[in-house]
Amino acid sequence: MSAVEGTRKDAGFSPMAALKAPLMVALLLIVLLLALGEYLSPGFASAQQILRLLIVAALMGIVAAGQNLVILGGREGIDLSVGGVVSLAAIIAGNLMSGQDSGILLAVLGCLAAGALIGLINGIGVTLLRIPPLVMTLGMLGVLQGLLVVIRNGIPSGRAAPGLSGFVTQPLFLGLPGIIWLWIAIGLLMAFLLRRTILGYRIYAIGSNEQAAFMAGMPVKTTRILLFVLSGMFAAIAGICLLGYTGSSFANVGEQYMLPSIIAVVFGGTPLSGGKGGYTGTMAGAILLTVLQGILTTVNIDESGRQMVFGATLLLLMLFYGRGQALRT
Amino acid sequence: MSDIAIAPPKTAGHGLKRAIERFPFLPALLILVVLLVLNGLYQPRSVSLVGITGLVKTYLALMLLAVAQTYVVYAGDIDLSAGAIVSLVNVSIITAMDALGGGTSAVLLGLGLGLLVGLACGIVNGIVVAALRLQAIVATFATSIFFTGLALYVLPVAGTPAPTAFWRTYGGRILDIPFVMYAAVLLAVLLLVLARTQLTTRLLAVGDDQQAAYQSGLPVTRIRITGYALAGLFAALAAFCITGDTASGDPLVGGKMTLNSVAAVVLGGTALAGGFGTVTGSVIGALIIGLIGSLVFFVGTPSEWQNLVQGVAILVALMVGILVSRGARR
Repeated sequence: MSAVEGTRKDAGFSPMAALKAPLMVALLLIVLLLALGEYLSPGFASAQQILRLLIVAALMGIVAAGQNLVILGGREGIDLSVGGVVSLAAIIAGNLMSGQDSGILLAVLGCLAAGALIGLINGIGVTLLRIPPLVMTLGMLGVLQGLLVVIRNGIPSGRAAPGLSGFVTQPLFLGLPGIIWLWIAIGLLMAFLLRRTILGYRIYAIGSNEQAAFMAGMPVKTTRILLFVLSGMFAAIAGICLLGYTGSSFANVGEQYMLPSIIAVVFGGTPLSGGKGGYTGTMAGAILLTVLQGILTTVNIDESGRQMVFGATLLLLMLFYGRGQALRT
Repeated sequence: MSDIAIAPPKTAGHGLKRAIERFPFLPALLILVVLLVLNGLYQPRSVSLVGITGLVKTYLALMLLAVAQTYVVYAGDIDLSAGAIVSLVNVSIITAMDALGGGTSAVLLGLGLGLLVGLACGIVNGIVVAALRLQAIVATFATSIFFTGLALYVLPVAGTPAPTAFWRTYGGRILDIPFVMYAAVLLAVLLLVLARTQLTTRLLAVGDDQQAAYQSGLPVTRIRITGYALAGLFAALAAFCITGDTASGDPLVGGKMTLNSVAAVVLGGTALAGGFGTVTGSVIGALIIGLIGSLVFFVGTPSEWQNLVQGVAILVALMVGILVSRGARR
């Protein structure tokens, strides 16, 4: 972590600072929102409903894992192509398995390869050609949307295998469906990766000061390419799970994750400038976003009102997180 | 000495460098000319007056939205709500014109209201990003959700038609010259005037180095808010064109335009990091996107492949533009 954070911690435990930590804010807000939801519509915070919300949150959280890595890597790191990758993976998986359990392995491998390839192209464009990530991934999104049209015209939309649907929606172990366990595993993996591996240290180093990292002999470009590859692969995993959740893929199903995955990262305490933050907060951010959306769909208001409240609430919540420094002389 | 021998290419490189520094849109202009020639080769009629008028008529809205985006990008910010503002202005003016009876005065009042709505949206964005210091990408995404909600409130379903007087004027001719051509010339004059104002210089100064701009006494927050406000106004103008082109209200009409407006700005040679660029480039960028679309159609690409080919072509154009301008600037 950065030196600044270290010194702040050395100053001793302050309840105010702990309360302002993004993870705590997110958790507190999640509890408050669940209570509000229960008040507005009894049964909202029942175990079954919470489980359903967690499944939806897991989908967004898995996309946000890759997004988180790219953003941590700094230099305006962002991946707008994840929405396209999710849609693409959902349709590839649906076709490779076409409702058969025997096709799941092939589908997973195929999707991971596709996601990795797209991430690789993004990474090469961003590092070797030095195209700004926003531009590169925006262009890639356009390509993927075109690719989806082509695929959709050639082949049927495909169906999820029963095994996959069961994995996402049915209890697997201790009453929790497989996707929740998968998400927990990804959370642990990310925490391990970021805090206990050389790659993790490199990501923070590159994200906070690329020049210094380069001078220290770190493979800056390779690392950054790897981050984009991982982002593509995480988005692909989310796409497969999304197929399991919805049963069959439909047009641009993944677009709903593009910008919200970035918001989940920001709500989790990783600023878009990169170099600090982590995935635990992002997981809370994804749950927070999902619970908020859940409440808005439960409350009986028009779509217009729902969107206005959602937009205004997002802005309000952002006031808690990573506001920029005031300019000083 | 050997220096003399390599002098000519060196000065040539220098000249190009200086030219691109002064006119960052030169690479884009080159791409535009190539695209025009290709369009002309595959469909000679596309470069006739009728063809060009059609192109301008369809893409004037994107040009204006790209201009809107440019003023924000100048200062190093971004506006992901630009398309949502277009939608909101579109449904606002359609509803207002409809309620006022659809006569000439109703149309004018509607347009006035549209400008106010665009301005208000822009100021909201500016306050949220510059005064409250939220991160522009996520904050303007949040405002875009809010604006879309407002648009859905004003007009829940697409369909209310625009007054005949409005779209007839937009699609018609005055003194045998298409109306959109007047609009395009007016836009050019407006941009020329704006480019010479202090505001443009100040926006670029803020985008180049916010801290330095602040330390030299510029009111950075106010300048950034003004940038967003200007973007809101141009988004409103874009909405007028969309409304003239589609002749109806649609609460989601602008949503797809946001990312294209960003692409157009980048195609035009403006740096997303801020501090460097031109609105002319953004207008050219919007035309490039339009011409790529029509070229893909004219070469006879099967319809289901058109989006893919277009996507790849835009990605390549983005990369080429960035590489050329950087290579020349080095």
